[in-house]
Amino acid sequence: MDTKGILDIIQHNGENQAGLIAILEEIQAEYSYLPEEALRLVAKETGRSLADVYGVATFYKAFSLKPKGRHCISVCLGTACHVRGAQKIVEEFSQELGIKPGETTSDNEVTLETVNCLGACALGPTVVADGHYFPHVSRNKVSDIVDAARNGLETLDGKTDGRVFPLQVSCPVCRQSLMDPDHHIDGHPSVTLDASFNGRKDRVHLSSLYGSRAPASGNGVPHNSVTRLHCPHCQSEIPSFSDCLECGSPMAALYIREGCTWEVCTRRGCQGHMLNLNQIDLLKNDEGK
Amino acid sequence: MINLTINGLAVSVEKGSTVLEAAQFLGFPIPTLCHHEGLTPYGACRLCVVEIGEGPGARLVSSCTYPVEEGLKVRTASERVVRARKMIIELLLASCPQSKVIQDLASAHGVRTQRFRQEYEDCILCGLCVRMCSEQMMAGAIGFRGRGTERSIGTPFDVQSDVCRFCGGCMHICPACQLRCTYNQPEKAICNACANLAPPCIEKEQYGDMMCYMNPCVACEIK
Repeated sequence: MDTKGILDIIQHNGENQAGLIAILEEIQAEYSYLPEEALRLVAKETGRSLADVYGVATFYKAFSLKPKGRHCISVCLGTACHVRGAQKIVEEFSQELGIKPGETTSDNEVTLETVNCLGACALGPTVVADGHYFPHVSRNKVSDIVDAARNGLETLDGKTDGRVFPLQVSCPVCRQSLMDPDHHIDGHPSVTLDASFNGRKDRVHLSSLYGSRAPASGNGVPHNSVTRLHCPHCQSEIPSFSDCLECGSPMAALYIREGCTWEVCTRRGCQGHMLNLNQIDLLKNDEGK
Repeated sequence: MINLTINGLAVSVEKGSTVLEAAQFLGFPIPTLCHHEGLTPYGACRLCVVEIGEGPGARLVSSCTYPVEEGLKVRTASERVVRARKMIIELLLASCPQSKVIQDLASAHGVRTQRFRQEYEDCILCGLCVRMCSEQMMAGAIGFRGRGTERSIGTPFDVQSDVCRFCGGCMHICPACQLRCTYNQPEKAICNACANLAPPCIEKEQYGDMMCYMNPCVACEIK
């Protein structure tokens, strides 16, 4: 467990009573559950008794004290869904996954849970897998939902979603393509870069889909650290012209064509990126230096 | 000072006091269970219910958590209050029939029948032990956990708390489990009522720590 990360979360939430739920929410978002050591640390740092913190953590259903799987399937058991046979859907999911509601499969992939109402009663029986709603679920759709969840519902489809489109980028210095046709993210060739951090170097892959929230691959760089990005061909550093609108870290400008760059945040974990169509001519700028 | 009427008697009491404090100060008896001097009011048992207001606007409130208001009209023993109180006692008795405190309350309020299934719970969730632990013993070793039917009192993660000093304050104040404290000396038990009810708590092995919040049981530790 990352003690420092939790201390950071506690600190920037302030140390008042009202902040407890916010702190626990952030820890849960980070670890997908509330580790025991984290709760002890929160109690110690905020000056509350562990019994208080534990009481809050067990009171709210949104908090989990057990690790959750990578994918979460929630079956609605609200009144409207219930009368349309949601209980049968839960049983089907239990059978399909071999776990009871509230449990996680042994490979830590899928967590099955029941919720009391999703507010989508007209769509009942409703199932939510990783934030995607499946309306009017019948028993024979269950295995399809499980397969879809296991294969990842986070992937974006550039063909059907107009807000998402693939980009072809190259190094702003040497103009060689940064696309890696052998490494696909979101079903498209990924953008490959060298990231350096504290003297270490690591190859990272970014999704080339504009609008994608898929995290960059490459495990050598710690979460939340700002990296320097280099071209894997000419090894020059990707220049930065602006700061990320989401977190304020410098953004690396990847070349698309004359006067047009795709800027991505250099902080690992930050999804900030934007298209800059008014960029000054990078080549001239570089020559001027 | 706040002027109000209790059972038709015009009285004036200190600002900031509760209806329960005012009534008890003036000698109107209101039964309580989860209320204790020196602990913050919690309003869990609802036994101290009183009727405020008049006519169709009259309503039942828990007097231990209701602060006095100017011109408030309180009835501590109206027909409605007595009926509600008896029902509350009957429900408490159903959940914890082995408790001497609740048996006494039932007896004092003329609850002679038991219409509900007896549950033999070891806890009525009155929160006295939790408040005792955090407010008087300054430990905060036990607390409420979960919610709804899952709600229970105990230590976090169900492991021995490292802030518990085995003071026994939680057991001392508990209205539901005080017979447990004399388990090792059955002859000293308050009334031996437990021996006449099933399941008797004298058979420790048979019922394990049924009567005990804490693991290991403090009563057995102290001996």
